[in-house]
Amino acid sequence: MVEPTPQYYYLRTTMSTITFPASGETFRQRATQEPAWVRRSLIGLALAFLTLFLFIPLISVFYEAFKKGAEVYFAAITDPDAVSAIKLTLTVAAIAVPLNLVFGVAAAWAIAKFEFRGKNLLITLIDLPFSVSPVVSGLIYVLVFGLQGWLGPWLAEHDLKIIFAVPGIVLATVFVTVPFIARELIPLMQAQGTEEEEAAVVLGASGWQTFYQITLPNIKWGLLYGAILCNARAMGEFGAVSVVSGHIRGSTNTMPLHVEILYNEYNFAAAFAVASLLALLALVTLALKTLIEFRNKPHQKSRGHE
Amino acid sequence: MNTFKQHSILPGFNLALGFTLLYLSLIVLIPLSAAFIRTAELTWPEFWSIVTTPRVFASYRLTFGASFAAACVNVVFGLLVAWVLVRYHFPGKKLVDALVDLPFALPTAVAGIALTALYAGNGWIGQFLEPLGIKVAFTPIGIFVALTFIGLPFVVRTVQPVLEDIESELEEAAATLGANRWQTFTRVIFPAIFPALMTGFALAFARAIGEYGSVIFIAGNMPMISEITPLLIVTKLEQYDYAGATALSVVMLVISFILLLIINLLQWWSRRRSTIT
Repeated sequence: MVEPTPQYYYLRTTMSTITFPASGETFRQRATQEPAWVRRSLIGLALAFLTLFLFIPLISVFYEAFKKGAEVYFAAITDPDAVSAIKLTLTVAAIAVPLNLVFGVAAAWAIAKFEFRGKNLLITLIDLPFSVSPVVSGLIYVLVFGLQGWLGPWLAEHDLKIIFAVPGIVLATVFVTVPFIARELIPLMQAQGTEEEEAAVVLGASGWQTFYQITLPNIKWGLLYGAILCNARAMGEFGAVSVVSGHIRGSTNTMPLHVEILYNEYNFAAAFAVASLLALLALVTLALKTLIEFRNKPHQKSRGHE
Repeated sequence: MNTFKQHSILPGFNLALGFTLLYLSLIVLIPLSAAFIRTAELTWPEFWSIVTTPRVFASYRLTFGASFAAACVNVVFGLLVAWVLVRYHFPGKKLVDALVDLPFALPTAVAGIALTALYAGNGWIGQFLEPLGIKVAFTPIGIFVALTFIGLPFVVRTVQPVLEDIESELEEAAATLGANRWQTFTRVIFPAIFPALMTGFALAFARAIGEYGSVIFIAGNMPMISEITPLLIVTKLEQYDYAGATALSVVMLVISFILLLIINLLQWWSRRRSTIT
């Protein structure tokens, strides 16, 4: 794709353009455009800020991980505790993401395809976990399932462990990732309206047929988009999981918690090695996200002209 | 209840809404209510004395002060980044645009240790600041740095679409009426993006107040000096002080709910403003 040149933008508007030759420029300046030196300094300033706060921290993760050589790096990520942390993180995400996927589709179906009272309240409630501090998200599960909690004595009697065990980690992760897929699907399905589904139902399709053959193909990219963001948060969640996990090495340690333990033991190279895997996950997430946005742009644009 | 739902020929409303409400109740509402119900077991003076001790008070001041400062920096630089991404062309722009979301995707613990390593006395950035007498890691300034990182995408992502939607005719009209670029920006563009800017500020601020993972590594966590409120909750929990931890978390929850309300109002205002212009 060829980027539109400044001349293109200049030619696009003719009526209200006040032109004068700008020294040293190959094109003439529009009245609705800043002088070149302003543009350049603003771009420079923005990039300097992003470099300081984004790019350098990102690069430093990989630099610190490989500082002591590839051998130390691979030893750190193949350490049995690290491997069990990776497995636990994958397990937790494999439970939390599908659960929130089903929830997201159900919530979006009810909210986007029907008109009912209290809809805005329901949308606010779905968004609630985003505004709760991760630490509080973990604490509330301790209050329900912990030894001092509501169900604590009953669970202890039946020898069931939720807090300081894997189920607690899963629950806390599900809590913090509840809104991701729903909030991606609700606006998308609202914009798509109900005509296509109504046509299918009128033509005799059952509810599930309508969903699988009409709705699902329409929302698949939004679904994937939400699932990717949900997965990134599920694998990276620290605060909520930290409160309910109990930090038992090799058993209730997720990758972010393993990073913390290694770091607190001053084993920086190993901590950054495991952290670099999580940073890689973040980069893959951003790449997929950008890819989906890029794929869907022409589609959305054509919708905009309808 | 017969006007609860408008008639529709589409099936599945009861199933979908029923499942949604059940799931929300089990995962979100009942656990959240536990914090309030457990706190209600305390008498008012007990509650008040827990949430207003000097150590707790110092943590509020730090949490809110650092969050406010970080959100302010993000408003200025977030607007700048959004402006540059929407209005200008430069090499690598698409990559920069994609990387703006990094703080959303990068686990907070990773951000925490990376920033700590950078700003420690021997770190890439810290080694230049230390001779100037500026200590960042293990001080409140470090908390501010971590919260700035965490809140970075919010303002950019709320302002960017509004900036994209501003019709060039408005700016052209301002120019034909004799306004220079600065006047056009302050009188035409800025009022249009102001609600979005405020929404971004509120989102970044709300996120910063609850933030834990990225802060605890860089903060130093000294009581009265660099101890944030979420950390204080964890500390109380580790000392089996459930009543104290729960009371503090109720304070945090109430603040979160108020901020959520403000954010919803701001978004409503923002939408209204953008449909008028």
